[in-house]
This record gives sequence, structure tokens and C-alpha cells, in this order.
Amino acid sequence: MSIRSATDTFFRYLFLTAGVSAIGILFCIFVMLAINGLQTFADVSLTQFFLSTSWNPSAFAEPSYGILALVASTLMVTIGAMIIAVPLGIGTAAYISEIAPSYIRETLKPVVEILAGIPSVVVGFFGIVFLGPIIADVFNLTSGLNALNGSILLAVMALPTIVSVSEDAIRSVPKEFKEASYALGVNRWLTLVKITLPAASSGIVAAVMLGVGRAIGETMTVLMATGNALQMPGSFFDSVRTMTANIAIELGEVPFGTTHYFGLFAVGLVLFLMSLAVNLTAEHFTKKYRRYRT
Amino acid sequence: MTLIRSNLKGLVIVLLAIVIFVGCGSGDRDGRKSIQINGSDTEVNLVQSLAEHYMDKHPGVRISVTGGGSGTGIAAIINGQTDIANSSRSMRESEIEQARRRGVDPLPIVFAMDGIAIVTHESNPIESLTIGEVSKIFRGEITNWSEIGGPDMAITLYGRQSNSGTYVYFRDHVVRADYSARMRNMNGTAQIVEAIRSDRAGIGYVGIGYIADSGGTVISRIHVVNIAADDESPAVSPLDPENVMSGDYPISRPLYQYTNGMPDGDMLAFLQWELSEEGQRVVARTGYYPVSEHYMQKNRELGLIE
Repeated sequence: MSIRSATDTFFRYLFLTAGVSAIGILFCIFVMLAINGLQTFADVSLTQFFLSTSWNPSAFAEPSYGILALVASTLMVTIGAMIIAVPLGIGTAAYISEIAPSYIRETLKPVVEILAGIPSVVVGFFGIVFLGPIIADVFNLTSGLNALNGSILLAVMALPTIVSVSEDAIRSVPKEFKEASYALGVNRWLTLVKITLPAASSGIVAAVMLGVGRAIGETMTVLMATGNALQMPGSFFDSVRTMTANIAIELGEVPFGTTHYFGLFAVGLVLFLMSLAVNLTAEHFTKKYRRYRT
Repeated sequence: MTLIRSNLKGLVIVLLAIVIFVGCGSGDRDGRKSIQINGSDTEVNLVQSLAEHYMDKHPGVRISVTGGGSGTGIAAIINGQTDIANSSRSMRESEIEQARRRGVDPLPIVFAMDGIAIVTHESNPIESLTIGEVSKIFRGEITNWSEIGGPDMAITLYGRQSNSGTYVYFRDHVVRADYSARMRNMNGTAQIVEAIRSDRAGIGYVGIGYIADSGGTVISRIHVVNIAADDESPAVSPLDPENVMSGDYPISRPLYQYTNGMPDGDMLAFLQWELSEEGQRVVARTGYYPVSEHYMQKNRELGLIE
């Protein structure tokens, strides 16, 4: 065998290994989560785990392992973040791709993308010292460490993903669609809202789903800014503890091989499945949008 | 052909470089003596300043101190990941058993004392509380300041997270029940202080050394509440060191360092220095309290000091 074809074969297998290893790692993580997490249910009933709102494994009296309040907190903070980030993100994307003159576009796009580079611990710190007091003042609360604070910060963090993916989608709507619309005498606003955005909708949904994925898994920011109280949240002004924050808080000190230890893996497993569902939805819509482009 | 060859040569060089770098990383680290200390957030500043004093006098020794909470430190010593575990609570029976099973024999050394201060916002008019009232507040049985003679405001509770020794100590010795689920679980003492500075309805518990210096000067915008053991006892301030050392202030506790078995060499020398007059002076200057005679005697019984 010549050196040439040997090199070829070597690199073919090298890249094959690289490609397969991502799947392998994902599979290993899932198996590890499942093996550890499922052992929780030797001691904890499924009904308690999913329906009880009390999570207190290192309790003074009786330990309890209910994740309902944690799941509710995660959903609440994520949905809150999307309520803020989706209109803002799509608006920014539409502005950048359709309305902005080129010199503004050239500045705005990189600036939004830089947002993605801010370390989450910095965003969280900002939430504690700056945003918290403002929320407390505006809503006349005593403390601004609550679900709203977490939602706003997560919205900021999900914004770059939503903006850049939806901008891509909007930009790839064929020029002919708009030209046809203008030719019929429709103004720019209606063309954008009735023609361009609907045409780009599957790409935009994919963008939103990727944003949800970003928000649902974020840990440090919510850990710092939401106060982490274990109660079932009643409103956006309550302190909440998300699933990610709960794992981060407790995993460092949990004794190995206890129900508490397995319980944290079970929380991780549920979170993994939630974010998998979100990503599969995103993937589904991305495919649609790709098909449309070609 | 030559192009491919030179590419291959490049590849070999890169691979060699990787091997060499990895090799360097794992070996040749014992050139400098390094002691790893990990654990309690309450103790981290104190041990840091002890370590700095010690390193100034013994330039050959390197001590690195990190926080993370007592539970984190204890887990680290059980897993053999640290030389000394800082802990503001004693190890639980289950933890000691777990350590033994892994061939670790935890040795409890008390190197300083700490008072836990109950802090509120500076505008809060409540001057003193009994332990009973503090307990009810943190259980969530008293939820409004007006119930104990304050303004009509819902109380915001601030506490630590469950990996904190202060969290466990305060729950087991003061609250004596589970914390209210409404308590905000803050990620470190600094965050409790930061939150209470801006929350006029807040109350929290923090190691006294964290908020006051040895002269009794407190961080701005924080009010330290005087505490009475019960209805009959007088309420005393933790800011006067006498009150904490005499035990009149009801929430004081020993601060621990755990090693795996009797230490030797630099580690022993450092621990002995901490307990020396000079080390204890640094403890007092950092805002904590020297070890009481009771615990010093226990250290002697361990055979750590004369």
C-alpha cells in the first residue's frame, strides 16, 4: 500500500472516530444518568418524586424527594425568559436583515453575538448587584432575587442564539416573494409581517427552540440571581430554585451512593429528557426550513 | 510525494510534542512543597490570612486555600482530594464511617472559634431577639416583622445552601427544625451580606468574622442583632469578643480543620503554628476568636500540641 492511500485511510478513520465519539459520549452520559438516576426509585416512589413539591434530602426531620417545585421553577424561568426574548429577538433579527442600513447591520450583528460571550457568572453577578435592586424598587418588593430576575437574565443570554438563527432564516426568504408583494402595492411593514416572517417561520421556531434549550440548561446565572428557595413558586416575584441550580448546589457535598446522590442524577435525567425534547423539536423545524430553502 | 512526506513529518512532530507536554504535566511537581486546604466559606478568609502569615515566614512552603463550603471540604478529604478540610461543623457519624471505609482517618482539630451573627438591614428597628424568636422566624412561624414589634413587612429569610457548615450548624443548634421553604439559599456568605444590604425586610445569619473586624466595626448598611439565650437572659452583642469567648453570646461554635491521620512535616508545623500564641493572634485580628481552653485541651489530647 502506498503512503498516499495509507494516509487517506488513516485520516478517514480518524475523522470517523471523531464523528462517532460525539454520539458515543452522548450515549454514555445518558446511560450513566439512567443507571444512577433510576436507583432513586428503590427508596422513593414515582408519585412522590414527580408529584411532591417538597425537595429536602438533608432534612432535619424527614427527608423528602419531590421535584415538582424544581420543575415548575425551571419551566417558569424559561417561559418568562422566552416571553421577553422571543419578541425582542425576532424584532432585532427582522430589523437587522430587512430594515437596517448596511453600516448599522455590520455593527449590530457582531454586538449581539458578543452578548453570547459574556460568562454566565458575570451575568449572574449583574443580576445580584444591579438588576435585583432595580426589580425591588420598580415592583415595590423587599428583595429582587426572584424568578423575574432569572427570566430577564436568561432572556439576555438566549437573545444571541435567537437573533442569529432567525436572522439567517429571514434573510434566506427568496427575494421574489417580497418583490411580488411590493409589486402589488403592499407596504414594507405588511410585507414583513404577512410575507417574510411567515415564510421564515420554521427557521424562527427552530431559533426559539434553541433559545429555550440555552435557557433551560443555564445554571450559574439562575443559581446566583433567583434566591434558590425551595418553595413551590406562586408568582414571578417569588424566589425559585431551578433543577440545574439544585444539582449545582447539592452535588458538591452529597455522600456517594446515597438516595440523595441518586436523586440528583434522577433530576439530571429528567432535565436531560426535557432538553432533548426541546432540541428534537428544534431539529424538526430546522429540517423543514432547510427543505424549504432548497 | 514529498509534500505528503513533509506533512507526515509534521504530524509526527505534533504527536511527539503532545507526548512531551503530557509527560511534563504529570511529573516533576514535588519540587515545591504544597499544602492543599479546601472547604468552609466561613473559614476561607481566616485560613487564607493564616497561610499568608505562615508563608511569609517559611518561604519554602506553599499553601493554597479554597472555599466551597464545609460539605465540599469534607467530601474532598473523604475522597483524598485535599490535605486539610476546613469545616465549620463537626463531621457526622455517617461521614466518619464513610471516610474509614476508604482508609481515611479524620483527625478533628479546633483552630479558632466563631460567633454566628444575626444580621438585618440597617433601617430595621429590632434591637434584640431571643433564640426562640430566631428559631420561629427561620422555621417560617413568624412571617411578619410586626409580630415581634417591628414594622408591618413580610420577613425575607436569607440562609446558606445545604453544603454549608453554617447552614447545618444553625439549623441543628438554633432553628432545631427544618428551615422554611421560603428561605432564599444564597451561594456564600458574601451574597447574604450583599442581599441584606439592599433588603429592608431581610434577616440572615453569617459568621461574625465576615462582617466585623477585631475592633467591632461592622460592614456598612448592616445591623447586628443582639441575641438572648432565652426570655430570662440578657440580650448580648457578638461584637464584643468577651461575650463570645465567655459563652454569654449563645451562638458560638468551634471551627474545625480535618486531616487524614496525624500529619507530619510541613503540615504538622503549620497546624501547630496556627495553635501557637502567634497564630491565635492572627485569628483574633481577622475577626474570629482564639480557641477556648476546653477545645485547646482536646487538641492536646490528640497529641497535636504539647
